[in-house]
Amino acid sequence: MMTGKGILKGLGVTLKRFIDTYLDDLRWWGKRYYTPEGIAHRSSKDAKGVFTIQYPEEKLPVPEEFRYKPFLLYDEGPNGEQNIRCTSCGICAKACPPQCIWIVRGTDPQTGRPVPQPAGFWIDADICMSCGFCAEYCPFDAIKMDHNYEVASYTRNLMDINDLLKPVSYYASIRPLNYAREEEARKAKEAAKAAKSQA
Amino acid sequence: MTTPAPAETLDLAARFPGAVSADTRPGYTGWIVTPEKLLEFAQFVRDELGYDYLVNLCAVDYLPENRMEVVYNVFKTTGGPGLTFKTWAPRTDPIEIPSVISIWPGADFQEREAWDLYGVKFIGHPDLRRILMWEGFEGHPMRKDWQEAFYDEDVKPFKRRWPDGKHVYAEKRAVYGDNINFKPGFDPEKWTPTDPEEALYKSLKKYKSETTDGIETDHIIVNMGPQHPSTHGVFRAVVVLDGETVVSLKPVMGYLHRNHEKIGERNTWLQNMPYTDRLDYFNSMTNNWGYALAVEKLMGIPVAERAEYIRVIMAELSRIQNHLILIGMLLNDLGAYFTPALYAFEERELILDVFEAVSGSRMMCNYFRFGGVVRDIDEDSLRKIKDLVFDRLPRKIEEFDRLLTENEIIVSRLKGVAPLTAEEAIAYSMAGPMLRASGVPYDIRRADPYGIYDRFDFDVAVRYNGDMYDRYLIRVDEMHQSIRILQQAVKSIPEGPIASQKPSYTTKVPPGESYGRVEGPKGELGFYLVSTGKPNPWRYHVRTPSFVNLTALEKMCIGTKIADFVAILGAVDIVLGELDR
Repeated sequence: MMTGKGILKGLGVTLKRFIDTYLDDLRWWGKRYYTPEGIAHRSSKDAKGVFTIQYPEEKLPVPEEFRYKPFLLYDEGPNGEQNIRCTSCGICAKACPPQCIWIVRGTDPQTGRPVPQPAGFWIDADICMSCGFCAEYCPFDAIKMDHNYEVASYTRNLMDINDLLKPVSYYASIRPLNYAREEEARKAKEAAKAAKSQA
Repeated sequence: MTTPAPAETLDLAARFPGAVSADTRPGYTGWIVTPEKLLEFAQFVRDELGYDYLVNLCAVDYLPENRMEVVYNVFKTTGGPGLTFKTWAPRTDPIEIPSVISIWPGADFQEREAWDLYGVKFIGHPDLRRILMWEGFEGHPMRKDWQEAFYDEDVKPFKRRWPDGKHVYAEKRAVYGDNINFKPGFDPEKWTPTDPEEALYKSLKKYKSETTDGIETDHIIVNMGPQHPSTHGVFRAVVVLDGETVVSLKPVMGYLHRNHEKIGERNTWLQNMPYTDRLDYFNSMTNNWGYALAVEKLMGIPVAERAEYIRVIMAELSRIQNHLILIGMLLNDLGAYFTPALYAFEERELILDVFEAVSGSRMMCNYFRFGGVVRDIDEDSLRKIKDLVFDRLPRKIEEFDRLLTENEIIVSRLKGVAPLTAEEAIAYSMAGPMLRASGVPYDIRRADPYGIYDRFDFDVAVRYNGDMYDRYLIRVDEMHQSIRILQQAVKSIPEGPIASQKPSYTTKVPPGESYGRVEGPKGELGFYLVSTGKPNPWRYHVRTPSFVNLTALEKMCIGTKIADFVAILGAVDIVLGELDR
């Protein structure tokens, strides 16, 4: 075997890559960067040459199931009131692996009995490992995982209930399929309940 | 090949009267050996029964019974189920157990770990120093009565969180609080620090200066790391050099130690799942699988059919991207700065896109649940996987092959460097590609099958020279085999449910022990678990390939040049997340 043949073969591969990048640029004239199609192309099996996403000018779209730090959901009432879905049952706090969820269960000031409302809700976002268990095991669809991953800050991130609350419409916008599925299940459940009460 | 009688039917108690008895605790298997007869028993097990491969060694602290147990899991490199045996000593210091290092040299680091974390003194171990904690650390942190500085409660969920969970920062609760222990008689005022590295430097081979041709020559000690870029993290190696040649070498680790196992024992069964992601953070899918497998064994539950296929698909994709990165980074270590590494990253990105779409995270997948997986794989992702395994990946692996395999510089840097024979590899408990590159065709997917690997047609990749070049080639071979498995799996994946259990954040695990092992991309990943029937594991031990594979590092490096050390370490394929745990 000729010495240097292996190196030349390898260099051929790199040269091809180099040329491919420019060919791809020409083929996608002006559309390879900063367009949704361009990004989709660069993250598909047919991508050739340079892959790089020009962050932060362009961003890789996140899939629906992407999870990054939880938030709490509220339903918007007809008069703009916030109906918090959380009942402070504490399942998320018990399931949480790093134990970063802190909940004060709501109590009726008159009777002292527990009410299905949190009196305090904190998530220590510095400790949160974004595992998604809270959203997975919440029986009320009250806590969900967010899509916002740009959370760098100069201070520690202790999120209280005001930082955590987001409307259901926001949830429906980031996870449309999940939202539709849950609404369907909820409607089916209510219909079954109504049928039962009529019978 | 004749199959010898399985160990379960052998009456080892009759062979060693009075010294060996069957472990009859409910849920336990194997044998209990008295420490006095341990070495004789181990010799018998290795030489007469053929269990030549010590895979796992760990201590268990049975505090209520006042006993410290050491568990050994041994296997045959010809395949088949393993043999478990235990020995124990009363839980009062000094706890003394004979070292099995003379029978299985691979016990070296694992015994040091048991000494470090449990305080079990292994009599006869030549270099019994701490390994994950530092010399001078007081106490043995895995003992059940040891508490960490920000101790909250023994087990999760912590009562402080609900229903009256007013948030308070941990450091406000315990500012140099009352759970800092000094050893008796310790007075900080009178304390003079001793050199914590003294024992380490003493463990290195003695060096002496000599005069040749009127020139005084001396061996020198070089500290590689913990901040050296070639060590893939915060790993440190102390090397004694004669000129450029390595004379002696000791790895120093633990800079990323977080006592994963202690956290694991505080966690509930399910809560450990996302923590396993953080062991080998390149392969969270296989880590999940190893843990899920061990717990499923304990629970005795089946895995949903579709989930089995999904698990295979994810594990094999994970293997491909791991090997791609390994090869890319190995070339970095050899000086081919970043071109192969970035080519590898491109393919890895496409695989991680799939992981992200199905699991929600690129690296910390947390995708497996006991009895299945967390969510189904959608059509779009399945199409992407098909594109990858039928079209792109075979093409790209072939391109990698063309780019690197015959390159004369690579060949001359790798061929014949740091060889390890088959016998040595087995003795040092090497696992995974490192073992198979040395000519031992041992792959857990075939030798001790788990999941549904018995349904797929693939070969166990094996190379016979045991040198660096074979360690490179074996990774290429394995990627080809993974592609074969993937092509069969995506074609035959059935419809159906993806979990055999109802989703629940609590897990009922009957008492007992189990050892679950999977063939991770880096080698055998094993989980030894002990359940007492409570919501939390009593013992959660991780046998990680990175850790055990380093046992042979000194053996491989002696006699090579210092520049090759970097590549040798690279080819072992360590990840500090699982090495230091």
